[in-house]
Amino acid sequence: MIVELKNICKDYDQGAQSLRVLHNIDLAIEKGDYAAIMGPSGSGKSTLMNILGFLDRPTEGTYLLDGVDYAEADDAALAAVRNRFIGFIFQSFHLLDHLSAWQNVALPLSFRHTPRAERREMAEQALERVGLADRMDFKPSQLSGGQKQRVAIARALCTHPALLLADEPTGALDSKSGLQILDLFDMLHQEGSTIIMITHEHGVAKRAEKMFHIIDGRIHEGLFSSGEGEELK
Amino acid sequence: MGEYFISAIDNIRSHKMRSMLTMLGIIIGIASIIAISSTIMGTNEQIKQNLVGAGNNTVTVQLSRGDYAVNPEYESIPEAVPVIDDATIASIRAIPEVAGAAVFTVRSLYEGVFHGPDSLSQSSVYGVDNEYFRVYGYRLRAGRTFTARDIKELRNVCILDRAASKDLFQGASPIGQTVLIKKVPFVVIGELAEPSSFAPKVTTLEEYFTYNQSSGGGKLFLPAHCWPEIFGYDEPQSVVARAVATDEMTEAGKQIAKILNGRFTGDAGDVKYRSEDMLKKAKELQELSQSTNRQLLLVASISLLVGGIGVMNIMLVSVTERTGEIGLKKALGATARTVSVQFLTEAGVLTCIGGIIGVLCGVGLAYAISRFSGAPIAISGFIIALSVVFSFAVGLFFGAFPAVKAAKLDPIEALRSL
Repeated sequence: MIVELKNICKDYDQGAQSLRVLHNIDLAIEKGDYAAIMGPSGSGKSTLMNILGFLDRPTEGTYLLDGVDYAEADDAALAAVRNRFIGFIFQSFHLLDHLSAWQNVALPLSFRHTPRAERREMAEQALERVGLADRMDFKPSQLSGGQKQRVAIARALCTHPALLLADEPTGALDSKSGLQILDLFDMLHQEGSTIIMITHEHGVAKRAEKMFHIIDGRIHEGLFSSGEGEELK
Repeated sequence: MGEYFISAIDNIRSHKMRSMLTMLGIIIGIASIIAISSTIMGTNEQIKQNLVGAGNNTVTVQLSRGDYAVNPEYESIPEAVPVIDDATIASIRAIPEVAGAAVFTVRSLYEGVFHGPDSLSQSSVYGVDNEYFRVYGYRLRAGRTFTARDIKELRNVCILDRAASKDLFQGASPIGQTVLIKKVPFVVIGELAEPSSFAPKVTTLEEYFTYNQSSGGGKLFLPAHCWPEIFGYDEPQSVVARAVATDEMTEAGKQIAKILNGRFTGDAGDVKYRSEDMLKKAKELQELSQSTNRQLLLVASISLLVGGIGVMNIMLVSVTERTGEIGLKKALGATARTVSVQFLTEAGVLTCIGGIIGVLCGVGLAYAISRFSGAPIAISGFIIALSVVFSFAVGLFFGAFPAVKAAKLDPIEALRSL
């Protein structure tokens, strides 16, 4: 089991009272799984994503990543966990404009003090996997939306993380580019990557092998509400 | 650290205009400090050279009453003061700080030296041996110094310095001519060149009075054996010594005075040998000029402080602008420390570059000031290095707050701004 959430709750303080946004979440993701977490805006899926990516801590419950509980880890240790085990893919790519494609891809490696030459090599390999080896030295402004997202995916892949966390990865793309990204996810899944994708689009979620639905902070496996999002073919 | 440095340079390059404006305060501050300190040090070096004489390093030890040299025209010498014998001068020459020493006697004369109808209105007459010229660094312009025969035959010969020669002979050669010193005839056998090391440049009234204490009218040098013929015996003798280095002058003077005073045969009252400490005098003058310039440095430092605050302002703007980037980096595994060091390095590199540009502008400014005002300058490598290190420190100090602010950003909040 790569991801195991047990009874996760998350409260936000709102003055005198607190607001519970996640209720007793239980989630188990096996190594090599491709899971989609669906839900409408405000359902708590971003909060869940933050907890899964160690950007936030749950108020209650246990989160085991590859069998290890990091509840007691300090911020610096959590930064190391994010760097080592998690590959983030964001809706709006989050590439740094002043860096070239390969430098963006190699960014996480610089935080683990990988030598520059090695970083470039690893970035090149990752860019090759997403089909952008010929765009190594391009700046984000010289790339299309789809290419930018592929650079972002390469950045997530280059550290060989235990878990790829994609937050609305096709949300900022046209349907054609979105499909290409989903094809790329299929390929990565077939190659053995563990992927958790958060989306509000039914058609996108359908591409995953496991589906979870989150409504009002509660998770349901395989449940769908009708009419959510456009289906992507 | 190299990574942070490269990243800092990248960020500075990608915001050229802003970086330049940020550095402006530091550039102005450092340039003013360099220009002012170069001028101060130049003036100080000039004072020191004017008073002490660059490379000359001579110290005069004279018999003094209180602060003033004993003047045999008006006062007698205590019995307890002995003649300076060869053994004493040998022990003076053995002092480690002393490179050479000679005994001499001196008198100031008003209207006592004549050549035909021409006279020297103010002159000094010295009783010396050839060693005196060597110690003092005098060189002959014409003629010769004293020979063994001059001394053996008690010849009345004398050597003039350039000032005395000009006054008495109006540019004609004095060699072989006769001058009357207190009505006693002396044949001029040599003319000294002006010691190149002593050329005071007088720009203020204060300097005029300072230098005129030590330099008078013309000088005439007689062999020591001729002295009693004009002035009688029992004249107070002085010692001139060359110190091994300028900074050893004070110590050499002290040691010589100690030896000479130790040889007194009884109570000499308030009369004792004292060294005329030109180094100390130079330092006093330097302090005078420094105290006014220190205020200028303070003003320049304030501009550096303002520059530092400017750096903090821009860094805070930078943190706000790059909140998303900070959030992303934290999400990808950057620790709070990594983020803070990145911003600190950026501030430090920025101000360091500003410091280097400031140094270049300051040196240029110092040369420009020197060119237009004629003031001397001295560029110090130490001050330049200190300025660059200090501007780096200003960057670190004023970059600390923005860096901490960046490090404390919550990655989730920060990512939202991307």
